[in-house]
Amino acid sequence: MTQKKRISIKIAGAQGQGAGSGGQGLSKVLKRAGYHVFGVFDFMSLIKGGHSFYQISFSNEELHANTEKFHILLCFDPQNTEETVGDIETLNEGGLFFVDDSIALKPEITVALEKVGAKLCPIPMIKLGFEIGGNRIMGNTVGLGAIVGTLGIPFDFLDQVVQQNFAKKSKEIAASNSAVAQAGYDYGLKNFGDSFKFEMPSPDKEKTAEKMLINGNEAIAFGSYAGGCRFVSAYPMTPGTSVFEWFTKNNAKLGVVTKHTEDEIAAICMAIGAGQVGARAMTSTSGGGFCLMVEALGLAGMTEVPVVIVNAQRGGPSTGLPTRTEQSDLLFAINASHGEFPRIVLTPGTIEQCYEAGYRAHNLAAKYQTPVIILTDLLLSEEIRDTDPNFYQLPQIDLGKMVSVAELDAMEEPYLRYKFTEDGVSPRALYGHPKSVYAPSTDEHDETGHITEDATNRNKMMEKRMQKHESCINDIKAPEFFGSDNADLTLIVWGSTYGATREAIEIFNADEKNKEKINLLHYSEVWPFPLEATKSALKKVKLSVCLEQNYTAQFARLLRSEADYNVDHKINKYDGRQITPEEIIREVKKIFAQSLVSSAK
Amino acid sequence: MVITQERQKVTAKDFKSSQKSTWCPGCGDFGIQSALQTALINSGIAPWQVLLVSGIGCGSKLPDYINANGYMTLHGRGTTIACGAHLANPKLVTISIGGDGDSLGMGLGHAVHNMRRNMDIVQIIENNEVYGLTKGQYSPTSKRGFRTTTSPEGAIEFAVNPLAIGLAAGATFIGRGFSGDPKFTADIIQQALEHKGYALVEVLQTCPSYNKLQSTDWYKEYSYKVLEENANYNCQDPLQAFELALKDDGRYPMGILYKNDNRPTYIEQVPAYKESQTPIIERPLKIEAEFFANLKKSYI
Repeated sequence: MTQKKRISIKIAGAQGQGAGSGGQGLSKVLKRAGYHVFGVFDFMSLIKGGHSFYQISFSNEELHANTEKFHILLCFDPQNTEETVGDIETLNEGGLFFVDDSIALKPEITVALEKVGAKLCPIPMIKLGFEIGGNRIMGNTVGLGAIVGTLGIPFDFLDQVVQQNFAKKSKEIAASNSAVAQAGYDYGLKNFGDSFKFEMPSPDKEKTAEKMLINGNEAIAFGSYAGGCRFVSAYPMTPGTSVFEWFTKNNAKLGVVTKHTEDEIAAICMAIGAGQVGARAMTSTSGGGFCLMVEALGLAGMTEVPVVIVNAQRGGPSTGLPTRTEQSDLLFAINASHGEFPRIVLTPGTIEQCYEAGYRAHNLAAKYQTPVIILTDLLLSEEIRDTDPNFYQLPQIDLGKMVSVAELDAMEEPYLRYKFTEDGVSPRALYGHPKSVYAPSTDEHDETGHITEDATNRNKMMEKRMQKHESCINDIKAPEFFGSDNADLTLIVWGSTYGATREAIEIFNADEKNKEKINLLHYSEVWPFPLEATKSALKKVKLSVCLEQNYTAQFARLLRSEADYNVDHKINKYDGRQITPEEIIREVKKIFAQSLVSSAK
Repeated sequence: MVITQERQKVTAKDFKSSQKSTWCPGCGDFGIQSALQTALINSGIAPWQVLLVSGIGCGSKLPDYINANGYMTLHGRGTTIACGAHLANPKLVTISIGGDGDSLGMGLGHAVHNMRRNMDIVQIIENNEVYGLTKGQYSPTSKRGFRTTTSPEGAIEFAVNPLAIGLAAGATFIGRGFSGDPKFTADIIQQALEHKGYALVEVLQTCPSYNKLQSTDWYKEYSYKVLEENANYNCQDPLQAFELALKDDGRYPMGILYKNDNRPTYIEQVPAYKESQTPIIERPLKIEAEFFANLKKSYI
């Protein structure tokens, strides 16, 4: 195994300057030009100002995370000296620093460039933007053009994306952006083409040009729609909002009812109302909104209503770090709401798993008539990666045990909404038929749904509901290994940390002396806890390290409570920044060093 | 609301529940249930065509005591759950029902928003000006000075004025009835059912256990029927309605206080219902291969 060839680009700017859209556009250019790409937007909780950046890596091999060092930095806001110096420090020696030539740079910036050994590449971004496009903001396109030119990627790929992005506005705007891009491209190629000394990965258009660049939230929304979701009610909260916006953008075309509600309580309540009458319904939010939904989660559990909740986690507690990533709602999601009832918690780790979680959530909610939580985080909701379109297929739709109109017509005995059954799932008839008139209560109820406090009934009804928890364990996906079967150390991860951990394994194991030394075990579905699968997986684990982006090692605690298993080491990160492959490798090296010392003792 | 289902011939027998009521003897909820049932019968709405969504509280147990589709949910959240159900299956005649604490305490925020949206549902507020099920605390509609376990020196807050709030929030139908006059109340509920848009019906009710002063006789003394007092009252005029709602003469005006037939309902403006009125739950879930392929293509 050899190291992947990767080139990394950072586009930085004050919020509102276009670093985000520029980064997404450039990712598309690189993908179409034949590279595998990985991109993430790192932003702040404000509309204009501050400092954000988009990070892109590209390679001739699949990528699952960004690394810490960059080869090119395009900076729109050198006035933010401190942040710019910080960005420059992430450049590799020999890296290029692209900046507008009309903005005076503070000495700190020049010093930082010298220290790193990076090259200053002034570009007349604003000037060309004005002269050719007639607009200062078009300077961004000059900058992106300069990067593409410097890298020697054919202009056509950039032109297509520019044309496509601006076609919606007008032909004129598209044409002037195209001209501006060309000017930037020519400038970069001519002036800095020779300055870029890094070895480029070799492109393969066959492999990547037709791939889909879709982020985690879009994949969840798309998967949910494919899985039959036709009702979405939500209240905006970063980073959950874009799941909802995927539906609102297209709702007439999709035939989906969307409702922006007055708060998150109404968001989940409307979804439950829709679910109760037979719609496949969902809501999306982040931790704070999920907190507000907790009482209604119990309503869905108690009255056995299928509903799907996306909680894209961010830094907590309370408002916390609104635009930063964290995995600190795991035990909360598993335990949220008073009383006991079954629920399913899915923790996808890749874009593909987000799509699967979308349709699986709706299928499982219908099959077990209970709430399903898709627990992601800011990183996964924002990250884009080229994925195979063939992966995205229309899934089988599982409606669960439904009583059809014909069956109701022929029914002689009274219909029992909460009929006791072996698997705990009662056949569901919808309102609207003379034989399926019922009025369930959130109070404890009998098989008809009527309120009762009878102790015997309580036991039977509680056991019926909790039986569904047992029944659905076999539907929960087993954790999966990545890497060698015979590794010395296994990183146990869940959710989005899969990407950085996988990348860390590939980088670490590529070193000849580390061959197959580490692997990972990833959980994409955590509740009901897949105990048997865990037991057999753990048999193959020599030294375990549980890696999570939270303070209290929540998954490690889950392993202890559910599998009676104590992990050997823990890696916890809670600064809101996605863990990098390098950080993981540094921690792994420390752990190896420690275990050498302890085995020597 | 816009009733699209075929009207049925129904009688009181159809609504008879197997359940025994747990309400106190003399509770105003009996009168409200009777009024609601009469309204449904007179409108030709069968038990399987209606959906009664309630919250939690004495009055929210109503769906347990009537044979009709129902959903007894959470304190304060009934209206929002009702709206979700209505948007997913507009064929069901959706009625949200709950007490004053439920609807005007916890649920007031939701109610206001669903009024301004002109959601095509009926909301019935059973208002006895006290918390019953939790055993006698003052409620958002309790009068100033009302002594209860949580206001031993007398409530120091001004009461919520549901009519004024409804008008300000944009409810397009506002009516008020009284549990002691089921016939009159049934008529208001029936008109609310036939109204296109959000219909707010407040029903004053007695609570013989915790609001002993406000008995049936007391209400008869302190309430009046608007049209009996002013035959020229124009319920289409919001200014007249506001005047009535804000008139503080210690008496409750009753009847249809406001009606506006000129505002579009929420659902008729929902994109997914513009081309087809078929409830989303009745549409096939199948996605055409070409449409699916195009969705994918937008990411390439």
